[in-house]
Amino acid sequence: MKFSIMVNEAPYSHQAADTAYHFAKAVLAQGHELFRVFFYHDGVNNGTRLATPPQDDRNVVARWSALAQESDVDLVVCVAAAQRRGIADVDEARRNSKDADNLAPGFRISGLGQLIEAAIEADRLVEFGD
Amino acid sequence: MLHTVNKSPYEKNSLQRCFEYATDGSPVLLIENGVYAVLAAGSHASMVEEAISQHQLRVYALGSDLKLRGISKEQMIAGVLVIDYVGFVNLAAESDKVQSWL
Repeated sequence: MKFSIMVNEAPYSHQAADTAYHFAKAVLAQGHELFRVFFYHDGVNNGTRLATPPQDDRNVVARWSALAQESDVDLVVCVAAAQRRGIADVDEARRNSKDADNLAPGFRISGLGQLIEAAIEADRLVEFGD
Repeated sequence: MLHTVNKSPYEKNSLQRCFEYATDGSPVLLIENGVYAVLAAGSHASMVEEAISQHQLRVYALGSDLKLRGISKEQMIAGVLVIDYVGFVNLAAESDKVQSWL
């Protein structure tokens, strides 16, 4: 079965990002396909590679990046939500004349159409938020 | 349809809304602070017990979230089923839709 996941909350401010990650791992462990994880609203903060949590704490951002690398999961950050919150890849940073970019490996920036497609393509869309 | 509720009934009324909306026999999964609804000594216990006994709702709670909050089996309403993330995925797979009560 094909799953898609939507994440609407930032890491460390609400449990939703943790729940979504553990659900994603279980989806893959059960042999299902994870079509896409879409990060919306404050959820885009899951995609900043500048996050540096204490070493004895979980690294939410690195965990997502590892998931993308290991399981080829498409991690999509909403462009409008990302711009508002200062999340940018190289192209977005250049386009908006910023002096830095911060999108973590495995993530890509795209639009809401990707959420609609995730809902259409997957058999189940599961939302995590506050 | 699988319903997930992540708010404590002592904080928000989303569980009550969910119970009103859910059709008889539906699965309702308590996650995050939603698991506080399982407390047998809590003032919302009767609402959960009625949902199970009168509407045959299948009420589940995520085991790791119970553990994180120090809620033991002895403190729980009888009839609430404890599952793990694999159980969560299985419930989502066997339901036609998943509604998150956020």
